[in-house]
Amino acid sequence: MLDNLQRTGARPRTGLLFLAVIVGHVILISSQVQSGSGMPVLEAVTFGAFARLQGVTAGTVRGVRDSWSAYVDLRGVRAENEALRSQVDDLEIRLQEQRTLAQRTERLQALLDLKAFVNAPTLAAEIIAGYPKRGLLTVTIDKGSSDGVTENMAVIAPTGVVGRIIGPVASHAARVQLLIDTSAAAGAVTERTREGGMVVGQDGDPPLRMELVSNLADVQPGDLVVTSGAEGIYPRGFVIGSVESSERGTHLYRSITVRPSANFRGLEEVLVVLIPPRAATPENTSAAAGGGPR
Amino acid sequence: MRIAFGILALIGALALQTTISGLTLGGARSVNLVVVAVVYAALTFGPVAGLFLGTAGGLVQDALAGGIVGVGSLAKTLVGFLAGVLGAQFIVAQTFPRFVMFVGATALHEVCYEGLYALVEARPFRLHYQPLLIQAGVNGLVGLLAFFLVERMPGLLQRRRARRGRY
Repeated sequence: MLDNLQRTGARPRTGLLFLAVIVGHVILISSQVQSGSGMPVLEAVTFGAFARLQGVTAGTVRGVRDSWSAYVDLRGVRAENEALRSQVDDLEIRLQEQRTLAQRTERLQALLDLKAFVNAPTLAAEIIAGYPKRGLLTVTIDKGSSDGVTENMAVIAPTGVVGRIIGPVASHAARVQLLIDTSAAAGAVTERTREGGMVVGQDGDPPLRMELVSNLADVQPGDLVVTSGAEGIYPRGFVIGSVESSERGTHLYRSITVRPSANFRGLEEVLVVLIPPRAATPENTSAAAGGGPR
Repeated sequence: MRIAFGILALIGALALQTTISGLTLGGARSVNLVVVAVVYAALTFGPVAGLFLGTAGGLVQDALAGGIVGVGSLAKTLVGFLAGVLGAQFIVAQTFPRFVMFVGATALHEVCYEGLYALVEARPFRLHYQPLLIQAGVNGLVGLLAFFLVERMPGLLQRRRARRGRY
């Protein structure tokens, strides 16, 4: 058309002007005419033309926004995660404390039960130190001479005999020789057949053996071994442990091993029997052999 | 000067057209003075004048008549521009070619106008030939009259003044 216009004498600028005016008219008419969708043609064309561009722009903006949101969320999540982790740690510590407290309560309850059972004045004490040296197994309790604790007093636990106080005794602390110490000993008797003997510590497993029991005595694995009180330290009838093996010895006495009932690895609270030791006498020994309260 | 004259002609045509339309509602379609003014300007001043006067006149007429603004304007723009181009291409200084130009322009305007409306209103294209022929003929005559008045009137007046002065 422009060539035609040039041939007819019209300048190219005129042709462009004509085209511009025509396009302007088309746009003007389109802005007023509705398309099939009820939308003005100009809007429809504009919408269609810009829809893709808007889609790309919106997608880009959405992507940037989502990325930013994700980044911000991640930062928040990280901080929240750290806070939650810290809270979990705190709660775990609290749980441990509560669990320990509950266990301690149970132990103290058992100790109270034991205290009610024992027909003698007792003193609850807490083990504050331990010295697991080979040949000298001792622990330290938080009660001493100012609490009435003296040397050779018996120390017991709800599960069984623990040991005895050995000197010197401090005003607020005392050392306890465990029964499983190789130099410790206690008069004992089997509960089922009342066979008397002496339980001593040994360096082995189980850590106790029962001596001075005749080959003729009826001692079998599983028999309960309790204190006889013959040595004048431990009250009669407290559980020491149970027979794990009982064999005929090469000489006069049987070879008996005893598994202690007290858990020496988990001791925390004990009872000190506040009865001063008395000298071992034949009466005591016979009385112990005859059995005592349990 | 040319632009001012064209604008004045257009304004006069619009005023007369609206006046005629107001007086004779049924006969408003017998003549289209705006088309006559546009074609006259295009033949006299060229395609650009036809283009702008067609656009301006058409927009005003569309705005006054109601409906879709731009349809009549586009039709008049096309007519004005083509009339200007043809006027530059061919010698249209004689009566008959001018009449043909007016008639042709009127027919083209009507075809464009109806065609565009058929397009935008999505209806079949219908052309009423009898009114079209009447309008084309009237427009041709009015156009010739306009040319006659503009071209001959100054000379007639001058000669009349000279004759009066002689007596």
